[in-house]
Amino acid sequence: MCRIGAIKSTEYIHPSLTLKLMRSQQKGHDNSGFAIVMQDLGGIFENYKNLPILSMACSDSGMKYAEDLLHKKGFTRTFQYNMEVFPDENLDINPMPHYVFEVFQYPKNYKDAAREEKENLLLDTRLELRKYLEENEEGFVYSFWEDVISLKEIGNPNDIGKYFNLWSEETNLKAKILTVQCRQNTNYDIVRYAAHPFFLQGYTTLTNGENTFYEKNKLAQEKTFKGYIGFESDSQCFLYTLHYIHKILKWPIKYYKHVLTPLPFEEINKRNDKNVLSKIKTSLSNWEINGPNTTIGVLPDGTMLNVADSKKLRPTVICKKDNMVIITSEICGVNEIMPERNIEEDIYTTERETVIIDNNLNIQRIPQ
Amino acid sequence: MNVNNISKDDLPWIVEYDSEKCMLCGRCVAVCSFGAIKVDVQKRKKVKALSNDKGFSIDSDQKAIPVIKQVVDENDFCRGCGMCSKVCPNGAIKAVRNKTEIFGTRYRAKTAQSVKRGGRSNLHTEGRTLDKIKVGRISQMTDPSLDALRHTFDMRTNFGRIVSPEELNFDIVNGELKENNKKVPVNSSIYPVIIGDMSIGALSPRMWEAVAIAVAYLNEVKGIPIRMCTGEGGIPDRLLKSKYLKYMILQIASGHFGWNRIINAMPDMKENPAGVLIKIGQGAKPGDGGLLMAEKNVRLIQEIRGVPKADLLSPPNHQGLYSIEESVQKMFLSMNCAFNFKVPVAIKVAASSTSVSVYNNLLRDPYNIVGGFFIDGLQGGTGAAHEISLNHTGHPIVSKLRDCYLAAVQQGKQGQIPIFAGGGIGMNGNLAADTFKMLCLGANGVFIGKLILQIAGCIGNDYGKCNACNTGKCPIGITTQNPKLIKRLDVDTVAQNIANYICATDVELKKLLAPVGNSSLPIGRSDALVSVDKNVAERLKIQHVC
Repeated sequence: MCRIGAIKSTEYIHPSLTLKLMRSQQKGHDNSGFAIVMQDLGGIFENYKNLPILSMACSDSGMKYAEDLLHKKGFTRTFQYNMEVFPDENLDINPMPHYVFEVFQYPKNYKDAAREEKENLLLDTRLELRKYLEENEEGFVYSFWEDVISLKEIGNPNDIGKYFNLWSEETNLKAKILTVQCRQNTNYDIVRYAAHPFFLQGYTTLTNGENTFYEKNKLAQEKTFKGYIGFESDSQCFLYTLHYIHKILKWPIKYYKHVLTPLPFEEINKRNDKNVLSKIKTSLSNWEINGPNTTIGVLPDGTMLNVADSKKLRPTVICKKDNMVIITSEICGVNEIMPERNIEEDIYTTERETVIIDNNLNIQRIPQ
Repeated sequence: MNVNNISKDDLPWIVEYDSEKCMLCGRCVAVCSFGAIKVDVQKRKKVKALSNDKGFSIDSDQKAIPVIKQVVDENDFCRGCGMCSKVCPNGAIKAVRNKTEIFGTRYRAKTAQSVKRGGRSNLHTEGRTLDKIKVGRISQMTDPSLDALRHTFDMRTNFGRIVSPEELNFDIVNGELKENNKKVPVNSSIYPVIIGDMSIGALSPRMWEAVAIAVAYLNEVKGIPIRMCTGEGGIPDRLLKSKYLKYMILQIASGHFGWNRIINAMPDMKENPAGVLIKIGQGAKPGDGGLLMAEKNVRLIQEIRGVPKADLLSPPNHQGLYSIEESVQKMFLSMNCAFNFKVPVAIKVAASSTSVSVYNNLLRDPYNIVGGFFIDGLQGGTGAAHEISLNHTGHPIVSKLRDCYLAAVQQGKQGQIPIFAGGGIGMNGNLAADTFKMLCLGANGVFIGKLILQIAGCIGNDYGKCNACNTGKCPIGITTQNPKLIKRLDVDTVAQNIANYICATDVELKKLLAPVGNSSLPIGRSDALVSVDKNVAERLKIQHVC
């Protein structure tokens, strides 16, 4: 079972906190990888808020291809941060030759482009790069977006932390939103793309769950939007559904829950909004997730959310102190890094609600 | 002796009779609706040799004894229904299948007619595909199985045109989705099993009424939203004007029988029907229209259909329709208009090599008014058909359903025109298993006919037993209009049996949903299925296992 964690803070925090959050949640051999997405960046990236950052792990030629491609498209590199690594033969990690975070200026002809055009360019570029890297086995590109960096690696999370020196708080890597998972996929091959958190155009999700309608989801989603690709993990479907509902359909976020785990028709028919809900359920029947799950999501504006399924609850707890909210699978992780909080205010997300955390860390519980 | 006449040995069933056991009660002759046995007298002669002190002599006893004799006739022949043995108190009589199978040849040679009958295909040249598929994806550990008894399951499927989410009629008002005035197609959520589509002419009024009662009971009392299709020929005026019309899918077939009455009743309808089904073809006899022999066209049927007493042969196709586009524009539009766009309008076709083309074309319907695609495979039953159609035409349903579903997937339109599949569903006795597998392969639901008759007591089988639905002499009272035979059928018992069977199916469907960990119907979830037959697995794109 996946353990997932997310931290949202009003101040910039270091990824070491996520390692501490997840360390005590590990069970047995549940330590096959580490992946993190950091949004609303501070530290060395704080001055590049409106510029896209490319996050990738690749070979020499993969890196060269990426630079050539971006150059060809008119991007100019503004800042490059190569992760400093600390190899040790005793560490359990399958490292890649390069871990790159590069900040780019948009092409000049995009200076006055609409937001949507820029977003489209970033996505197309990432997809093109991914296609090349995948076909030639030259590496992995995780995100190409403003104010976001991603890192994924296979191995023991403790060792991965050591390899990248993430246990030390001295590095200048910081963010206000950190989402993390310390485990790879169990159902499918262990590949880096299969590791949560998944990211697409400002949307991030992590899921502890089993998507028993994976096949239906995949068949419906891959025809819907060019960015819905990969499907190395059945949990990617949760991300694409979030993106579809909120970005493409532009529906209020509370309807995400109505798509993932819709109410039975019997319950819908008792409600005032039955016409809307039954239409959502029928038109999006192929997007339903029919399995145990809990999902943590992040929206482009920084809003964080949590939903859980209606039948076989996968646990999450939401804990808060003054400047920070944590959503994670097990309470032991929170106790380690936020022991001083008022535990009476801890929230265990129920199967019939969406919990929303806004940028002021106000928590709202929206019943389904 | 004329060796060219049909003889007893030529008949499909041989009546075996033991006069020693017979007590001459006559019940067998009375019960035989086919007139296939009669009371006769046999001359018996017993020769005795006597020897005494006067010498040796020969004597004989002669007597005439009444017996039961099989009628040898190409029309009134034994169908093997077994009613005679059912009523015989002493087990003195039974029908035995004649393995020679020469009757069809003799019949054609004698009458210059094609052989007609009811039932299903009697050729067992292929195994049942559905029996080669197992539900192989069992939830364990990470995704525990559900509790079939305690968990809430959403046992409903879509009927009616489903539009993509982008096409829905929503506005956002104060953070809520609200419907606006844009028109979107009507759809409803119904049980994934439809009882269809047997007409009042094909069935006896009692049988049809029993189905209707069962459907109403399942909806009103058991909360199972099952629907039934009326078949061609209309329904009684009283039902058209009752609240139970909402459970009926009205069928319009190429004969348009019964629609005069339906149209006249429209102003007085309290409820909309559940749907309209345009029947183009039928799986048991593809290419043929409906066939109601004059024997079954009794006064009640004549009244409902507005026809004289005659053979009612519906044309093989709807007259005036020459293309799919035209059918959409004419029939779908007019049927939608008739009920003010508030009733799903679907189409039923016989499964065929061309089904995917038809379905693709319907998916492109720019008006979004095609509300369902019913595909009928070759193992379906019928009340009357030419045997050559039953045995030698048609297309198996399973791969055809799969092809249609995957064709929709290819266009990103799966589920938009719900597919209902029929033709041999439940013919192994287990409707739930067949339904579940068909759902996983992409069907939104299934439709059943012959199975309902079997639940009602039909003794026909696919090995030549009875199959006389066309004659109007159904010994059970199911497919007959003969008042004496109809009386054999108890409406309440039949309704109860049908309701019971569907309730049992509901339980069994949940017993399949639970281990795969689904609380709603797994439509298109083919990863739940495996097949031990490599050809089946490859053809249906499911996992091959051994």
